[in-house]
Amino acid sequence: MVALYQGRRRSRAPTWYFNMNNILLKNINKPNSTDIETYLKGGGYKSLEKALKEYTPKDVIDIVQKSGLRGRGGAGFPTGKKWEFAAADKNTPRYLLCNADEGEPGTYKDRPIIEKDPHQLIEGIIISGYAIGAAACYIYIRGEYAYGADVLRRAIAQAYKKGFLGKKILGKKFDFDLYVHKGAGAYVCGEETALIESLEGKRGQSRIKPPFPVNVGVWNKPTVINNVETLANISHIINNGPDWFKTMGPEKCPGPKIYSISGHVNKPGNYELIMGTPLKDLIYKYGGGIRNGRNLKAVIPGGASTPVLKPEQIDVNMDYESVGAVGSMLGSGAVMVMDETVCMVGVARRLLKFFAHESCGKCSPCREGTHWLVQILDRIVSNEGKIEDIDLMLDICDNMRGKTFCPLGDGAINPVLSTIKHFKDEYLIHIEEKRCPVGYRHSEHCL
Amino acid sequence: MSDTNIEKKGYAFSKEGMNRLKEMMKDYPSSDALLLPALYIAQEEFGHLDTEALQYVADVLKVPKSKVYGVATYYTMYKTKPTGKHLIQVCTNLSCSLLGADHIVKYLENKLTIKVGETTPDKKFTLITVECLGSCGTAPMMQVNDTYYENLTEKEIDRILEELK
Ligand SMILES: Cc1cc2nc3c(=O)[nH]c(=O)nc-3n(C[C@H](O)[C@H](O)[C@H](O)COP(=O)(O)O)c2cc1C
Ligand code: SF4
Ligand code: FES
Repeated sequence: MVALYQGRRRSRAPTWYFNMNNILLKNINKPNSTDIETYLKGGGYKSLEKALKEYTPKDVIDIVQKSGLRGRGGAGFPTGKKWEFAAADKNTPRYLLCNADEGEPGTYKDRPIIEKDPHQLIEGIIISGYAIGAAACYIYIRGEYAYGADVLRRAIAQAYKKGFLGKKILGKKFDFDLYVHKGAGAYVCGEETALIESLEGKRGQSRIKPPFPVNVGVWNKPTVINNVETLANISHIINNGPDWFKTMGPEKCPGPKIYSISGHVNKPGNYELIMGTPLKDLIYKYGGGIRNGRNLKAVIPGGASTPVLKPEQIDVNMDYESVGAVGSMLGSGAVMVMDETVCMVGVARRLLKFFAHESCGKCSPCREGTHWLVQILDRIVSNEGKIEDIDLMLDICDNMRGKTFCPLGDGAINPVLSTIKHFKDEYLIHIEEKRCPVGYRHSEHCL
Repeated sequence: MSDTNIEKKGYAFSKEGMNRLKEMMKDYPSSDALLLPALYIAQEEFGHLDTEALQYVADVLKVPKSKVYGVATYYTMYKTKPTGKHLIQVCTNLSCSLLGADHIVKYLENKLTIKVGETTPDKKFTLITVECLGSCGTAPMMQVNDTYYENLTEKEIDRILEELK
């Protein structure tokens, strides 16, 4: 028997989540929120019952399609469509993988669901498994979330006991198993094909697509991969119907959304709001504005691989289309806020170090390109850069864009391209005047 | 590949560890998937994963040692070198750096009188820096073995180190 609660989390700030929409985070402040009895008392597993008794698997897929739910893992793919593709593949068994790898810097939105309301996720997983006709689901959770993995294991054991998992669930001809599988520290394993490789016991290196996982996934079987937050939405959609879901946020990507706000704001935390919430409100209304009365300098709206925005660009709604229209991406909805003390060359350097470290090394544009970019950025922050370095970096980025096996390489160029685009003056000061434009050192390397 | 090394160190899973592994075999259609879990068990029981430990895992799972080695070195959470009793991992990714992660690292270096990557002479503490751990809203933060410590301040660090001693 695996010892429970080996991992612990200690925080002096118990309110790192703010339930302002009362759907995905509605349970988290309840005492014993992880216990199945608490969940049942709040109406839990009613939607599983409804799905299994009132709907065929195809009905469930149709309802999710109609709701307009799009994946919350970053790419925003329509969830119902993905399920339809996998369900249409006659090869069996099919598998569902829950992506709990949460590694995109700035992102910590799946954590409250995992740590505080595991049954909401489990119920969503079982319904999803029913819809696509899956034999089992593996929750691939990043190794560092040891505490979360223990919470999930305990919750899964409870769900088995109640007959929500296992053979003949709720008396139906539906068998379904659920397991927790721990990753071991590799950001790229959040990418769906690398996740599959890792689950199969290999080095987590991305596969080239096609074939897509919906046809050739884990153990070469049809596989659906969904993010934790995506799956947490499912029970609510079944309970309240697709029309209810569509009342929240923009038509093209409705529903609740958890935004992780971090950096130089007064009230960082996870905020459950709706899709399309204005970025400006996230920073000023919810995040409480910039710390120490300073001015805003830059925002990364969707995690480390999304392009930086300037203060003039924050009048934008947080949905895929709107953020795309201002030249960035919604990504995971992780808002990283930087004030005027931050050197943007330092930011680019820090993020590129991350990407270079995490590149799986399978394709050369990403493997070599990220390291070259780090070397150049190193020299610029050390005031040893040359003016040609800017063009050199643009050239390297050009040779990476769209030329890599997986989107990690595409994401890696964004910090460089967007800081050159919006903050070129800072590069020029570092290169020509051989000094940092802000002079406030958050670290030895301008960051 | 020689088996003599194994005998030298006598690596073997405890009964409990072996049972855990056997239990897990039922969870996957292919036993290859057990490699990551098996490496975790090995690390828990043997402290770190030296070549003999990797050979042992390869033998137990009947997979080539080269594959085990490849996997163990790919993932950052597997330690192929010994670490101190408490592995202090400070996140220095962007959100944490914005709120003083570098200062936290310096403070720990001074307090433990070691540099990043080193272990204290009494083998109690190893200090490393890591990438984002999903605690960006409670930055700066560190993880010690499996435990997250968030909203770090100097005082908090003093208290934590005292408690861990
Ligand atoms: C480098 C990289 C890292 C990723 N990390 C994650 C992650 O940690 N969690 C996640 O859900 N999706 C992550 N994704 C996206 C997944 O590949 C995939 O699109 C997603 O899990 C699909 O689920 P969804 O449709 O529910 O969003 C990552 C993608 C890339 C390219
Ligand atoms: S883009 Fe980078 S992470 Fe993705 S497959 Fe290529 S080398 Fe690996
Ligand atoms: S940046 Fe440090 S935990 Fe995310």
